[in-house]
Amino acid sequence: MSQRTVYDKLWDSHLVQQNEDGSALLYIDRHILHEVTSPQAFEGLRIAGRKPWRLDTNLATPDHNISTDPAERAAGVAGIPDNTSRIQVQTLDDNCDHFGIKEFKMNEMGQGIVHVMGPELGATMPGLTVVCGDSHTATHGALACLAHGIGTSEVEHVLASQCLVTKKMKNMRVTVDGALGAGVTPKDVVLAIIAKIGTAGGNGHAIEFAGSVFSNMSIEGRMTVCNMAIEAGARVGLVAVDEKTIEYCRGRQFMPAGEMFEKAAEYWRTLMSDPDAMFDTEVHIDGNDIAPQVSWGTSPEMVIPVTGNIPRAEDQTDVVKQKGVERALEYMGLEGGAPISSVAVDRVFIGSCTNSRIEDMRAAAAVVEGRTVSDSIKQALVVPGSQMVKAQAEAEGLDKIFIEAGLDWREPGCSMCLAMNADKLGAGEHCASTSNRNFEGRQGNGGRTHLMSPEMAAAAAIAGHIVDVREFTGDQS
Amino acid sequence: MKAFTQHSGLVGPMDRANVDTDMIIPKQFLKSIKRSGFGPNLFDELRYMDEGQPGQDCSQRPVNPEFPLNLARYSGASILLARKNFGCGSSREHAPWALEDYGFRAVIAPSYADIFYNNCFKNGLLPVVLSEQQLDLLFAEMYADEGYQLTIDLAGQKVVRPCGDSFEFDIDRFRKDCLVKGLDEIGLTLQSADKIRDYEKTRAADQPWVFGAIK
Ligand code: SF4
Repeated sequence: MSQRTVYDKLWDSHLVQQNEDGSALLYIDRHILHEVTSPQAFEGLRIAGRKPWRLDTNLATPDHNISTDPAERAAGVAGIPDNTSRIQVQTLDDNCDHFGIKEFKMNEMGQGIVHVMGPELGATMPGLTVVCGDSHTATHGALACLAHGIGTSEVEHVLASQCLVTKKMKNMRVTVDGALGAGVTPKDVVLAIIAKIGTAGGNGHAIEFAGSVFSNMSIEGRMTVCNMAIEAGARVGLVAVDEKTIEYCRGRQFMPAGEMFEKAAEYWRTLMSDPDAMFDTEVHIDGNDIAPQVSWGTSPEMVIPVTGNIPRAEDQTDVVKQKGVERALEYMGLEGGAPISSVAVDRVFIGSCTNSRIEDMRAAAAVVEGRTVSDSIKQALVVPGSQMVKAQAEAEGLDKIFIEAGLDWREPGCSMCLAMNADKLGAGEHCASTSNRNFEGRQGNGGRTHLMSPEMAAAAAIAGHIVDVREFTGDQS
Repeated sequence: MKAFTQHSGLVGPMDRANVDTDMIIPKQFLKSIKRSGFGPNLFDELRYMDEGQPGQDCSQRPVNPEFPLNLARYSGASILLARKNFGCGSSREHAPWALEDYGFRAVIAPSYADIFYNNCFKNGLLPVVLSEQQLDLLFAEMYADEGYQLTIDLAGQKVVRPCGDSFEFDIDRFRKDCLVKGLDEIGLTLQSADKIRDYEKTRAADQPWVFGAIK
């Protein structure tokens, strides 16, 4: 057989039917649902008199617009203050009950942000196809599966037929070799990749992340990287299987056990690109060169090393770029040429499907331990990605470290990543955020997002401004 | 999805060019968790004198007496005559949902925005393309003749006027097939149900760990 990439192998093993017009019917193994993009799909099923094709492939949870405030959460669905949000969450519960779909309800152990929940429960496995009505579904690709976001009509399509009508993407490989320096995290790696290839760099491609930096990276770190494939323009991001992948999978709730696990693992070990597999596009980055990254503008490619200066419009080579930089600087209220580390921060958000796993919680806690949030910070939120992350963090005493340092310890959900609930920025406020999108208004109308790692966000909370975590001593200078 | 082979019905006007999807269904209604029920808010801003909010009882709202579709003579219309670039603007699938929910089965216009055109087929609404001259004539006949009806024969690809003359129209084969058989994309995929089941059988035999765990 010809030499194939991981993506080729995943595609081939899920092909139900290849159509003459280039489209194909692809089998979907896991479909994860949440409250915002599913209601019309369920209603569509009802109107057409259809049922889900099967149940054991679907898994649902509310995450996008639930409250993260412990008191509001304790009051259950009825306690969600916003009418529309409450109805959406209630509708998800009703739909899942009606159709018999497994759901982890708002306050149940297992609930979490869709992309944190799937892998930690073992619903996501190597070799699967995984879809969800959410563009950050590529996260699951860290376990060598073919995972991407879909629209509401497709949510219905998958519910009804367990298939998607789709076309094969091109193959791209992003190789990062070398070793990361101290204080440099998976988030910095992916931000550096986006800064290099741009937000359209991965258009039409499935990206495989390869090289020593990823083989040395934890599975959770790989999830952070795959999560942001979409910000590099690619719907799919993935990493090949290695022994870390297998060990991550072992013992999780929905994973096989015993002999069956070993049999599965044997197959999973074949999920790597063949030595001579062809990639349509190749990108190489030297991991030794990557410094902690910070976004200064309103697009995820507007990223610089924390040691750098904010770009100036007049230094841009073409007019379109000049205009883009000008507009971003104006929106962000920043001066071109100034050091990024001088930018004062109003709020801090540690959370989102990019950086809300236990390793992220530990990393942020290590930075704030024994220190105090700067007086100039209005709010510093720590929002664990799931009930399981929350429980684990509390068992390790991380919640106490955060609370003692002056950060808010919240209930799991998407929170300030997209500000569909009460967690938002005010107009003009700067936020050190571990989320994935810094678009205008993403975290609240007029809000100004600076994307960075959990370590860097934690350091910014203490310092009151953006600061290089590598030089960070906790001095409030 | 309802099959569309032939449809005869009362004709109503939307006599302006570049009707965008926000005009068809304004943004505040997108908060809804439903795909149906948008009919009362179709053309909301043109149709009512006040500003509509989701969840209101529209029967109590002041209607705009000047808006043609509010006239008794067009009540129950199921074919909409429109002008060029109908359905431009945002890609919201709520636009065909609203037209369909109101009772329209077909729109006849000289041109449509791409995404809207596609979305119509996913929702059993037939967008017919005729020339500007042909539409001028249909508009004139409709205005002159209260109770004006047209017949749209999709199989024969023609719009039949009351006088018996007809205008032919073009439509892509695949889309026509879907509508004539009443197949949405899901229906089409489900025609391959046996293949999907065969695939599942093979897969369950080879990789039994994939299925059965989530319950
Ligand atoms: S955390 Fe943010 S990016 Fe992730 S699923 Fe929620 S809203 Fe989307």
